Amino acid sequence: MTEQNPILSVEGLCVGFRTAAGFADTVHDVSFSIGHRKTLCIVGESGSGKSVTCQAILGLLAGNGAQTGGRILFEGHDLGAMSETELEAIRGRGIGMVFQDPLGSLNPVHTVGRLLDEALLLHTQLNRSDRHVRSIELLRLVRIPDPEQRLKAYVHQFSGGMAQRVMIAIALACRPQLLIADEPTTALDVTIQAQILELLNHLKSELGMSLLFITHDLGVVAEMADDVVVMRHGRVVEAGPLTQVFNTPASDYTKSLLDAVARLDTPSPAYRWRDVS
Amino acid sequence: MMAVNREPLLQVSNLKRYYGGSSSWLRAGRTIKAVEDVSFFVRPGETFGVVGESGCGKTTTGRMIVGLDRPTAGSINFAGEELTTLSAEEWRIRRRKMQMIFQNPLSALDPRMTIRRQIREPLDLHDIGIPNERDAKVEELLDAVSLQPAMADRYPHQISGGQAQRAVIARALGLDPDLVVCDEPVSALDLSVQARVTALLQDLQERRGMAYVFISHDLRIVKKLSHRVAVMYLGQIVEVGDTDDVYRQPLHPYTRALIAAIPDMAPNHRSKRTTLQGDPPSPAAPPSGCHFHTRCHMARESCAREAPVLREIGGAHQVRCHFAEEFAS
Ligand SMILES: Nc1ncnc2c1ncn2[C@@H]1O[C@H](COP(=O)(O)OP(=O)(O)OP(=O)(O)O)[C@@H](O)[C@H]1O
Ligand SMILES: Nc1ncnc2c1ncn2[C@@H]1O[C@H](COP(=O)(O)OP(=O)(O)OP(=O)(O)O)[C@@H](O)[C@H]1O
Ligand code: SF4
Ligand SMILES: [Mg+2]
Ligand SMILES: [Mg+2]
Repeated sequence: MTEQNPILSVEGLCVGFRTAAGFADTVHDVSFSIGHRKTLCIVGESGSGKSVTCQAILGLLAGNGAQTGGRILFEGHDLGAMSETELEAIRGRGIGMVFQDPLGSLNPVHTVGRLLDEALLLHTQLNRSDRHVRSIELLRLVRIPDPEQRLKAYVHQFSGGMAQRVMIAIALACRPQLLIADEPTTALDVTIQAQILELLNHLKSELGMSLLFITHDLGVVAEMADDVVVMRHGRVVEAGPLTQVFNTPASDYTKSLLDAVARLDTPSPAYRWRDVS
Repeated sequence: MMAVNREPLLQVSNLKRYYGGSSSWLRAGRTIKAVEDVSFFVRPGETFGVVGESGCGKTTTGRMIVGLDRPTAGSINFAGEELTTLSAEEWRIRRRKMQMIFQNPLSALDPRMTIRRQIREPLDLHDIGIPNERDAKVEELLDAVSLQPAMADRYPHQISGGQAQRAVIARALGLDPDLVVCDEPVSALDLSVQARVTALLQDLQERRGMAYVFISHDLRIVKKLSHRVAVMYLGQIVEVGDTDDVYRQPLHPYTRALIAAIPDMAPNHRSKRTTLQGDPPSPAAPPSGCHFHTRCHMARESCAREAPVLREIGGAHQVRCHFAEEFAS
């Protein structure tokens, strides 16, 4: 998985948090890299440090957290050595982010149209009317029905899966070189999910975008990943190309994940109410 | 096994929820028909699965059942009592028996309270158990959802997405409800934690006869847990029946598309999934006749004119399609 010229490389990342119970080391010595136009999927236990790793990459750790070791290189540049203004420029156009909690990360007091417009204003040269047209186009791309009307709505007036897709649209508005997506399809049914994944794969080839994808859904991993990283307890327990990790998993944890996929051929619980009189 | 009780615990009839009107962001005169004429029942000890396209009205239906949203029309009968006519105060008393596990756990938790307090407070409020045993009960609940004790003193923004989801589950189950509306309850959990949480739900069902309305996009989990399943499209139930029957022989074209799109786990043959074509229609202007006709590959001329009704096709299997018989062999 060591690329010649990766777009992103994370080297020996360590993160800790101050908590009521003292300092907690949360992420230990995490390393991986993503090549241009490649998709890396991170899977792992809930609470294993996947979201915290993304926050560290973007320099957005919570106030009680700190990077205690390692470095993060974007296109060969050390993000840790950059000023806040330089980082600000990279977030959005360089690295786009889809957060795990869409409702918590989208401003509730602005309409979706305003949120999209602000992203486009910040990261493109488009004029006002072009931004409006582009906003509609973006909502349509992520399969929001009636996009002209929906621009005037607030996030809380959207369903869970629609809010998630609005987040994706906003991240894509900036045409990032690397998109980090943290559980971006948990609230999507299989058919819309398939369309969104197709859209991301299309952008990957069309814009040369790279993807860092966090998901619990092994079906999504099978569909998207070039490489896979498996995390547990804040550490990387397995990493490698998709087929290697899925077909010949080395760690017991990876094996247990693959074994836990609910099978479709086992019967559902019997409906025991019908036969009684 | 517990005694089989056939009386429905929950009976929802002709439920509707329209949003909008003059003061909304919609063009004048338009309303969002989020839920349109939904009817179903759930028996004690039963899991009723609900699946459907993103935005089809699943959360809205669940919120109305637990009294967080008022129906535009229709009735909700719970344990023999009509709920839609209750006052807010009367509602509050009954709410303990009906809990909801929310789709967005972080928004459902109070950001200013530790996890321990969020789980403990409802126990105090509803006077559940003996006061000096409640701390132990909180620990027990945390353990049941595999949250380490250290998480108890954290605030919601200091825990992971899946940990927040489990905190919401612990809070709901702590009240010992008769019915839980589970809205994507395990979507943020890895498969091993998912298996533990679903085993907990099944165990409570066996021992306590808890009933679940189980909303999920994960068709594998729904298959594993549900006795019966309903498929929704644009505010309506388009198919309902015993889970095994619906999965083995889906009769509505939308259900067939859903089941065909369940992802394969094999990375070697990354086959192109057959996906539903066309755009999801707007619930503010649902297509005439059969709502699905704009995307249905089986649609005929009459489908755009005549709205099909939900009707029985063999036993308990109901379908909303004029031509459902053609799939039934
Ligand atoms: N601000 C914080 N203060 C203290 N601990 C934190 C903070 N944020 C996260 N943590 C802890 O760090 C660990 C890793 O969290 P992270 O959000 O990265 O998990 P995750 O792998 O994304 O899990 P999930 O799949 O459940 O979203 C968790 O145990 C979490 O409780
Ligand atoms: N407060 C509101 N105001 C206006 N429209 C709303 C409101 N709440 C929900 N809606 C609309 O009702 C429809 C159904 O939403 P709902 O949240 O029930 O969908 P869902 O089936 O749960 O979808 P998902 O799977 O994406 O969570 C959507 O079109 C949504 O935009
Ligand atoms: S009624 Fe017609 S359009 Fe509707 S699902 Fe059946 S065949 Fe398709
Ligand atoms: Mg996370
Ligand atoms: Mg929902």
